[in-house]
Amino acid sequence: MAAEPWDDDLTRALAQQFGNRVERYATYLGQKFLVAEMAAVRDIIEFLKLEAEFDYLVDLTAVDYPNRPKRFEVVYILYSFARNERVRIKCSVAESERPLSVACVHATADWMEREVFDMFGIEFAEHPDLKRLLMPDDWQGFPLRRDVSILAMDNRWVKENLGIESGQ
Amino acid sequence: MAQTFLDSNELVLNMGPQHPSTHGVLRVILKLDGERVNGTECVVGYLHRGVEKIAENRTYQMFAPYVDRMDYVASISNGLGYVLAVEKLINVETTPRAQVVRVILTELNRIASHLLWLGTHALDVGAITPLFYTLREREEILKIFENYCGARLTTHAFRIGGLQYELYEGFEREVIAFCDWFMPKVAEYEELLTNNRIWRDRLVGVGILNAADCKRYGVTGPVLRAAGVKWDIRKALPYSGYEKYEFDIPVGTNADTYDRYLVRMEEMRQSIRIVRQAVGAIPEGPIMAKVPKVLKPPVGEAYVSIEAPKGELGYFIVSDGSINPYRLRVRPPSLINLQALDQMVKGALVADVVAIIGTLDIVLGEIDR
Repeated sequence: MAAEPWDDDLTRALAQQFGNRVERYATYLGQKFLVAEMAAVRDIIEFLKLEAEFDYLVDLTAVDYPNRPKRFEVVYILYSFARNERVRIKCSVAESERPLSVACVHATADWMEREVFDMFGIEFAEHPDLKRLLMPDDWQGFPLRRDVSILAMDNRWVKENLGIESGQ
Repeated sequence: MAQTFLDSNELVLNMGPQHPSTHGVLRVILKLDGERVNGTECVVGYLHRGVEKIAENRTYQMFAPYVDRMDYVASISNGLGYVLAVEKLINVETTPRAQVVRVILTELNRIASHLLWLGTHALDVGAITPLFYTLREREEILKIFENYCGARLTTHAFRIGGLQYELYEGFEREVIAFCDWFMPKVAEYEELLTNNRIWRDRLVGVGILNAADCKRYGVTGPVLRAAGVKWDIRKALPYSGYEKYEFDIPVGTNADTYDRYLVRMEEMRQSIRIVRQAVGAIPEGPIMAKVPKVLKPPVGEAYVSIEAPKGELGYFIVSDGSINPYRLRVRPPSLINLQALDQMVKGALVADVVAIIGTLDIVLGEIDR
């Protein structure tokens, strides 16, 4: 089953506002998503919040594709209480790029972006306080990157803080 | 000299990670002005086990037991969310019989989770008795789980496509007996607490989080409903056949700790209502849908969420067509709800912090994953 095109009032409103900054509107398994360029994502989320009542940021996460030219894909899931529907927004982010933080639009993005930074090393520009969420502050490396083995760990940190040669 | 002596410098107080009222290993740094809290900072991650990384290194079936270890007091809800997400990816719907049994077990688990919350929350604010009562009732639910699948807490009760086990002889009778026995118990807790002077003094008007702030912080579950938002995923985006059952969504008006207590009490009664309807209508038939032994979902991604006892529990799974999930993200309600703690405790007293952490009903296993 392949993704099907998504076309309704919402996509037309978005197309009018953002034109070719949104590359694709589609649905997969009945779930709507759009692919946009990184720089437009915050504006889209703000537009959806103010103009289409998507007032709840359900989740914000990332997926790592090391073989792509822009290796990360950041995924935003929005929900509207009034319309009772979800949309997903996806954008590609290169390792050197810094997507804009959406914490000023949805306060809940604060910790979600910290977790994405913690696990993937994606830095969000204009984030109020970007630091690790789950891993120790002085940990080296980003565990959820695909090229990091499940057995890999920061041996220096383990040695210094746990007093053992290796965690394995 | 007198100036510096009287200077109202903030006192920084470290609460946790080893503190009984944080329900695990949560560290809260409190900035205090006398007894008043000016601000907080949460430090989480002490229980981080890398569940999402583990998922990428396991097959879909192998990963299922791991999700029970996140919110370990509501492991059946975790399991339900996961199997629904994988079933969505492979575009399989489970059999009617399995659906109804899933609903029964999940609702019983919701009651068990709320019971543990009630007992510990009451303990936190100084009422010791309810804990013994609630653990007594929870025990009966755990016995049903044990009879069904052999485990009490980390049950792994569901399988992708259905259920592992057929119902045992006398399951319906036991569940109905529990419902009959349990309803007066809820009245008993309410008798102990609802109009209790100390209980009300500690909870009414404490930790207010209004509807607008709930949405800003992405707070879901009983906390959102206590703020007057009638939103429950079981009604809004029904799954597992929840649209077939009659039940109400309790809501609060004052958005405070006391209303959240009332909402959860009513939710237990509503869960019993659902369980009664479901037990009376378990269809005959197979308990497993046709699912290939080697599971390779087509390339694509899906987000599926359920109404867990704590709020919206979501699974975002990306498949690359192989036997392992390419990426599996868990949207943990406890973590997202905890983020609103700062807003809720600002201006409150130190003792209220304990009540507010209790009312959020967090489980650290789920926060840290």
